[in-house]
Amino acid sequence: MMSNMVAAINSALDISMEENKNAVILGEDVGRDGGVFRVTERLLDKYGPDRVIDTPLSETGIIGTAIGMALSGLHPIPEIQFAGFMYLAFDQLISHAARYRTRTRSTWSVPMVVRTPVSGGVKTLEHHAESPEAYYSHSGGLMVVEPSNPYDAKGLLIKAMHMQDPVLFLEPTKLYRLFRQEVPDGSYEVPIGKARIARQGNVLTIITYGTMVHVVEEAVSKKAVDAEIIDLRTINPLDEKTVLDSVEKTGRVLIVHEAQLSFGVGAEIAARIAEKAMFKLNAPIMRVAAPSLPYPFPGYEQFYVPNVRKVSMAIDKIMSA
Amino acid sequence: MIKNVYSGSVDYLQVMDENGKVDGALRPTDIGDDKLIELYRWMSLSRAVDAKVISLQRQGRATTYAPLLGQEATQIGTAAAMSAKDILVPNFRQHGSLLFRGLSLYDFFVYWKGYEDGLVSTKKMNSTPYIVPVSTHLVHAVGIAFTHKYLGTGASVLTYVGDGGTSEGDFYEALNFAGVMKVPIVFVIENNQWAISTPVRKQTAASTLAQKGIAAGMVCTQVDGNDVMAVYKATKESLANTPKGPSLIECLTYRLSFHTTSDDPTKYRTEAEVEDWKKRDPIKRVRLYLESKQLWNASKQQTMEDEQLKTINGAVSKADTFKPDPKSMFETLYSSIPDTLKDEETDALNSGFWQEGTNPV
Repeated sequence: MMSNMVAAINSALDISMEENKNAVILGEDVGRDGGVFRVTERLLDKYGPDRVIDTPLSETGIIGTAIGMALSGLHPIPEIQFAGFMYLAFDQLISHAARYRTRTRSTWSVPMVVRTPVSGGVKTLEHHAESPEAYYSHSGGLMVVEPSNPYDAKGLLIKAMHMQDPVLFLEPTKLYRLFRQEVPDGSYEVPIGKARIARQGNVLTIITYGTMVHVVEEAVSKKAVDAEIIDLRTINPLDEKTVLDSVEKTGRVLIVHEAQLSFGVGAEIAARIAEKAMFKLNAPIMRVAAPSLPYPFPGYEQFYVPNVRKVSMAIDKIMSA
Repeated sequence: MIKNVYSGSVDYLQVMDENGKVDGALRPTDIGDDKLIELYRWMSLSRAVDAKVISLQRQGRATTYAPLLGQEATQIGTAAAMSAKDILVPNFRQHGSLLFRGLSLYDFFVYWKGYEDGLVSTKKMNSTPYIVPVSTHLVHAVGIAFTHKYLGTGASVLTYVGDGGTSEGDFYEALNFAGVMKVPIVFVIENNQWAISTPVRKQTAASTLAQKGIAAGMVCTQVDGNDVMAVYKATKESLANTPKGPSLIECLTYRLSFHTTSDDPTKYRTEAEVEDWKKRDPIKRVRLYLESKQLWNASKQQTMEDEQLKTINGAVSKADTFKPDPKSMFETLYSSIPDTLKDEETDALNSGFWQEGTNPV
């Protein structure tokens, strides 16, 4: 059926709760309220308060308790209401969720899927619009996923629940209800660690993910440039092969993300291309990203979040290099 | 209108005083003299193991280490009160508890020589591994307790935190979650009076640490943490109470040694204070009691110490033969190794970086 991303994720949660009796959802307002974005709507009625748990307002409590649940045989799905509040649980995610398996040489594992809304463009308060994927990808141990469409969102979440790893599932707020897409009613998986080629092309590779996939598609369409668009879908582990194969074909690389420029995902991808495909390049690698400063209050969003104009200018520049 | 809407209190429990005198009315019925000798042996072994790691560390053969010296009754008393199916969630100083629960001396020394491989046996002994960041494991303990309630296993969780750890947000968040979720858990505060150089009086304005659990709706007790029978009794009662919800026990003990092998306590506390606490030594008082009953003597003591040292030295020798496999760092991060990480592993392997004796110095 035609679904937006909220409905697609809700369906993935429903399927996961149905097929795994040890799956539990916990977080602030996830039960009676159905979550502030209604992603967990109706799940309390269907699965009851033992499996859909309204918790105290406590991010460390939510993530830390979920880690304990995961260690002891459950497969929790904690929700953090906004990514901007998740730093309180950063220690739990980096020091424990990411480390517990290797700390015990795979004796213990932390199978869980942490869901949280990310990215901006919807006129929110401060700390409701961050793009923190690089922080969580940096030290290793967490899988970091960010879908750009309802179909991938559902399949990636179901796949994440079939794995025995901690997966950070980043949901772009702006894409929750932006558009609908045909999404199968039943269960299906989208692989984690595998990028999607959103558009085939031969003269330019544009690597992006999340909200920026749509901005890039519009810019490419307007410019009528024969660009290949790669939607990463998974940030960590990076699908390096898909990136390098495309770069070898096109010889030009533009990386576009909504997160800040410095020390970001784009820097990592650019470094890998420089190390492994430098001599296939016809032009310097370019990045389009938010400026290296904190996400502003919404009046300034239009000057901060990369848009079609900014991507188009970058395409002009790289194609004339 | 003014009316009293809340009042709370905390009881203090001691069964055996520092001279080995026992309050017979309070003595746990399941701790006869034979059982007490068994606990005495465990406390003595913990102390001997502790001394061995410090000696190895001074020789460059072990990592930085946080000793338990002085806290043996708190650790052995709590661990002994648990049933085999209960889950123990330690921090970084619960060597006695872990050994009592079944951590082999070989695994113990492999770990303290610096290899995570020593922690692989924790799962089958129903204990989680050592956790270093202070208080961060307490929320895990709550989640584990939730699972056992959810699955109806009947198991309870017991976890430890130091006096300094009770100042962390994670401590309050764990207590609050446990109270709201009514999970089967016992929090044990190992109040050893010092968080490195910070004394309890600078850690809190509360008159006891036990009372910190009252706001989370749990039963709170303070015990003489150097009295193994009091610790055992309070733990046993708290564990029996877990179907109704969580409890908190503050054990008053003392860190007779340094915080870790890198610390120098003479910078911040007096020798007189340490000497005063040595009078309340948890092992000495049990020996005084046993000797007063003609159940122990110098000869038995010597035999026990010789046997324990032999066992310890055997485990150290075996641990010395442990060969680390650097691939295990890469292969156990995820359920299966991603291509990019595999490339890093292969590079490290092929570069000669891992070959012994090839480092250009």
